[in-house]
Amino acid sequence: MTMGSSARAYPAVLRAAIGLGVYAGMFGATFGAVSVGSGLTIGQTMILSLVMFSGASQFAFVGVAAAGSPWAAIPAALLLGARNAFYGVPIAEILSPRGWRRLVTAHFVIDETTAMAVGQAEPRAKRYAFWATALILFTLWQTGSLVGALLGAAVDPERFGLDAAAPAVFLALLWPSLRTRSGQIVAVAGGLLALLLIPVAPAGVPVIAAVAVAVIAGLARR
Amino acid sequence: MTALLVAVVIASLGSYALKLAGVSLPESVLADPTVQRIAGFLPIAMLTALVVVELADGGGRWSLDWRVAVGVAAGIIALLFRAGVLVVFVVAVTVTALLRLLV
Repeated sequence: MTMGSSARAYPAVLRAAIGLGVYAGMFGATFGAVSVGSGLTIGQTMILSLVMFSGASQFAFVGVAAAGSPWAAIPAALLLGARNAFYGVPIAEILSPRGWRRLVTAHFVIDETTAMAVGQAEPRAKRYAFWATALILFTLWQTGSLVGALLGAAVDPERFGLDAAAPAVFLALLWPSLRTRSGQIVAVAGGLLALLLIPVAPAGVPVIAAVAVAVIAGLARR
Repeated sequence: MTALLVAVVIASLGSYALKLAGVSLPESVLADPTVQRIAGFLPIAMLTALVVVELADGGGRWSLDWRVAVGVAAGIIALLFRAGVLVVFVVAVTVTALLRLLV
């Protein structure tokens, strides 16, 4: 009975994973074009997609690096990627990876794989959802990044309006968080602080200073 | 190796180390509610700061390209109509490119 209901869940899980993968392919192409337009080489762009493999962190890295500060891009990417560490808690529970399996599993702990795994009812379906999403999304993210980087290298990014891509994509990424009052306050405070710091602080600092807003908001009692 | 390439490698390995820590650390370390609230607010504050910097930072001074601003504003209108990231991207880029071409 358990086997039967799991088996019926698999095609639906696979369809959802393929849907996420197609989206990731196109989003990856966006990243590739933005990254090359920001001054990274195609090789550097692919290191980010292959090894960093976390969309928002990758966009943050190229955004801050483009402002002229590769060293400030490191903490910007890592602080945005910190949420992946928290996804590790439910994933470790679902997959209980040991030894070399843990090293491989860790690489694929991102927004989409966590949401898909946690969203299933049964342990076997959770594991299937994690790995199906991980493998499809990883493959298409890499393909998209490479295509986007190649296209981005062949055209003048500003002429095609690609300098509007990064802020528009960041806005779209944070849009769902703006539904709550606390999310709105944190967003406005982080944005205002960055705006005030632009003329007085070195490149990258306005973005990293936003961490203080998150810490204060997190410590404040609601 | 250029500074940019070194930074790419460090940030990429660091990103993996964060994921590895998540599946390796005892649950109690990451389960603290205050730590979780801060972790939830981090991307909100930082992504907004990134948007502001992308729009208004002209190399250490305020500067705004109105074509980019209008393009992003068009993206916001798309978001209000429940568009996904890709549609928002296409709208913002197309509007900005058209304004550069025509104006």
